[in-house]
Amino acid sequence: MDKLLEILFTTEFAYSIFRVTTPILFAALGALLSNRAGVPNIGLEGIMLTSALVGVIVSAYTGSAWIGLLGAAAGGMLLAWILAFFTLQLKTDVILGGIAINAFASGGTVFILYMLTGEKGTSSQLASKMLPEVHIPLIRDIPVLGPILSGHHVLTYLSIISAVFVYWLLKHTPLGLRIRAVGENPKAAQSVGVRVKRTRYIALVLSGLFASLGGAFMSMGYLSLFTRDMTAGRGWIALAAESMGRSTAVGTTATSFLFGFAQALSNALQLLKIPSELIQTVPYLATVIGLVIYAWQRTRKAQKGG
Amino acid sequence: MLKLKYFELFRTLAVVLIALLLTMLFILLISDNKLETMRIFLAEPVSSRSHVGNVIELAIPLIFTGLAMALMFRMNLFNLGAEGIFFFSGLVAAAVGIQTGLSPFVHPLLAILAGGAVGSMIAFVVGFLKAKWDANELVTSLMFNSILLGVGLYILNYFLRDASAYTTSSYKIAATAQLARIIPGTRVHTGLIVALLLVVLVYLFVYKTRWGYELRMTGANRAFAEYSGIKTGRTIVYVHLISGFIAGIGGSIEVLGMHPRFDWTALPGHGFDGALVAMLAKNGPAAVVLSAFFLAYIRVGADMMSRYSDVPAEMLAVIQSVILLLVSADQFLKFWKNRMLLKEAQKNG
Repeated sequence: MDKLLEILFTTEFAYSIFRVTTPILFAALGALLSNRAGVPNIGLEGIMLTSALVGVIVSAYTGSAWIGLLGAAAGGMLLAWILAFFTLQLKTDVILGGIAINAFASGGTVFILYMLTGEKGTSSQLASKMLPEVHIPLIRDIPVLGPILSGHHVLTYLSIISAVFVYWLLKHTPLGLRIRAVGENPKAAQSVGVRVKRTRYIALVLSGLFASLGGAFMSMGYLSLFTRDMTAGRGWIALAAESMGRSTAVGTTATSFLFGFAQALSNALQLLKIPSELIQTVPYLATVIGLVIYAWQRTRKAQKGG
Repeated sequence: MLKLKYFELFRTLAVVLIALLLTMLFILLISDNKLETMRIFLAEPVSSRSHVGNVIELAIPLIFTGLAMALMFRMNLFNLGAEGIFFFSGLVAAAVGIQTGLSPFVHPLLAILAGGAVGSMIAFVVGFLKAKWDANELVTSLMFNSILLGVGLYILNYFLRDASAYTTSSYKIAATAQLARIIPGTRVHTGLIVALLLVVLVYLFVYKTRWGYELRMTGANRAFAEYSGIKTGRTIVYVHLISGFIAGIGGSIEVLGMHPRFDWTALPGHGFDGALVAMLAKNGPAAVVLSAFFLAYIRVGADMMSRYSDVPAEMLAVIQSVILLLVSADQFLKFWKNRMLLKEAQKNG
């Protein structure tokens, strides 16, 4: 137990929370936008995974991590657009559509990887690039806080900027208002001239963009290559974070960090002599417990109110 | 009106046809030996007794998970927990199976029932959370899959692992617990009979009992069902119990029928495939058998293809997701239905 506390009260551990929260936060922001528009994007997990691979491939072939990032973003938005097309145009159930996107990603990425490299496990054959870390002047020199806040991956900073951006988008822009309106009552929104379908398209594609940034982080920051099923349920954890965060930008960000903490804890516990099989379940267990507490509170509130 | 009745069937067949054409297109694009690869994919699964056996062997677990998922989907519950339950119950059955001193009939029965009971209990947790507090069953069931995998591997490595085996696997399952082969020259086991029997039972349950009626009503419109006096929370819980049981005995039977030792170190994927089977079958119990065989057929075809040609089996993931998207697309071929309706109206008017 002493050893555990020793691990938890280090700057490295605090630093790692930011690091592992990044992909969850990105995906949770995607979940937030699509959910608020009334079209829950269950395909986040698959979009992340696909983007992780696209980023690696594009960066390897162009020799530029930044073009790789653009490629990942384009891939994620395309996949989200396909989901939008099927659900909005062809009336596929949005949940089933998301499940299909995930099914595609899980096997399709291995398929593409195999076609390009002849391997099915990792992209170690591809000389892909990593996105850089950013050392912030002044802040990095502050004792204790410096090593925690500075020196992060560029996408880690972008994820936090994105959270602020999504907050501003939903609260203070006409598009944000339209997204909230079509989510709350599409018929009412339509009656005052909001184009429901178009707004939902935008929300879904934006959710794909954020998820793809999370995916790019996985293969060009968290690790330096793509591995099979590397997102490991982060897209699902993000969905839980969004719903526990009561579908607000602030709440979603906070719960993303909570789940990030659980994940960082799970990583740190591997240093102790606890079976790794059990430790790996900690983030998922934390998610279930979080969801249940949230659901329990919500129904209790509803009963009191009604 | 006869034509309209078959519209759904036509549409499903159209989806299957598109999927097969797409597969051919992929092969044309990728393979160096196009015709041979196509032949392998389409004909190899039925080319010999043992290959047909492979198709049937694979269809058995898919029937179980397909039934389990069909019950969930019929309730509009998006619970994908069959995947984790299939794995974990398989482990439970193996744990019972490696014991000795039981008679050949009692032993597998005990192992399968243990697996089923554990499956029921796991599904109950998710169902209870859904019914009581409306916790999102999709997310909780997926989290449970990861948790079950972790706990299962822990049990395998620390309690059941045979150190003398070369790979990570349990002690040998006793001969008394293994399921008997029923078709010579194949590995098709008595699990097939159980699966088909279960299809009949689920059909009778869904269409001929009061509980089944409540299930269908709740699935169609929960609020309306609640108003007409159905305790929908209770319905959700018992559907979870039954569905978990089916997935559980499916996993148990798969292990006892096909595996001399328990050797899954990752989720086997049959649960997720069950979702595709259920959707292709439009959640009908009898149609689950057909769609399980279809999926097993193209799976075995893809497997043969990756073994004997230059196209990897993972290509099928792309095809499967296209099937998933199209089969649930309400508007797909709707124009055709509308034209039929119009013709009908003109004829009558």
